[in-house]
Amino acid sequence: MDITVNGQQRTVATTTSLADLLAAMNLNPQRVAVEHNGTILSQADFATTTLGDGDKLEIVSFVGGG
Amino acid sequence: MDQLIIANRPFRSRLMVGTGKFASNLEMAETIAASGAEIVTVALRRVNIDDSHDDLLNHIDRDKYLLLPNTSGARDADEAIRLARLARAAGCEPWVKLEVTPDPYYLLPDPIETLKATEVLVKDGFTVLPYINADPVLAKHLQEAGAATVMPLGAPIGTNKGIKTRDNIAIIIEQASVPVVVDAGLGAPSHAAEAMEMGADAVMVNTAISVAGDTRMMAAAFAQAVMAGRQAYLAGLGQEQHQASASSPLTGFLRD
Repeated sequence: MDITVNGQQRTVATTTSLADLLAAMNLNPQRVAVEHNGTILSQADFATTTLGDGDKLEIVSFVGGG
Repeated sequence: MDQLIIANRPFRSRLMVGTGKFASNLEMAETIAASGAEIVTVALRRVNIDDSHDDLLNHIDRDKYLLLPNTSGARDADEAIRLARLARAAGCEPWVKLEVTPDPYYLLPDPIETLKATEVLVKDGFTVLPYINADPVLAKHLQEAGAATVMPLGAPIGTNKGIKTRDNIAIIIEQASVPVVVDAGLGAPSHAAEAMEMGADAVMVNTAISVAGDTRMMAAAFAQAVMAGRQAYLAGLGQEQHQASASSPLTGFLRD
């Protein structure tokens, strides 16, 4: 199935959890925040959040700033 | 002991520093250490999917520094609120340096959207430090809305021009019941000292430090300037006079 991550399309397996996706992207789940179809998730929910076809994700992390 | 207190939390340092525009994370880490700052700002951005970069947070000891996420990039209240909540979801304490800057050329803060976002975020449990133009009336409104500080600009972000808003900042300091943090535009340690001499509670610096030839040395210079300015303020500065007033006695000279 296809999902959109930060504006880019990505094909993932149908049973993918958000935690799986973050692992596949080499992202530390404790260092990111995720918005799933417009809803901000808590990090504790990453493992139990299953992705569906057409889902939209925004994944953000900290960068230098003033 | 002379402490800065924001939302009941004490800080020894009155210099806040940003983490943007450093050549490397190592340089950033060594520079914030040299600054003595206890509050460091960070920004939130989409992760770069195709690039496994060196995570900034690997270099900031969270036991030592309060990580203060900003909402830079937000053009209105809704975007700023969203960024603040994302930062909290990413594991930050619910503190936010609120920045709403619709115009990318001067990056001046939008007063109306900043006030709106402050009201929402305060109700949502955030400690809100809003970045504002040096507008004393707006500062009062924000204070009433529950802002933990006000952060008036000296000059637009990254311009290094110093305190171009001096008279209005003086009024804000005179009227504020929350700490006043002069933010943006401070280009030299003397500018930071000037803000502190005026009675500002703290200053916030990023560009002037991160673009210096030696960022660590510049951070130390700002730290000293902030301390010097604070001490001068506490000591009590002499008043400006129009007419000269001799420092040496005028009597007993070898004349007549």
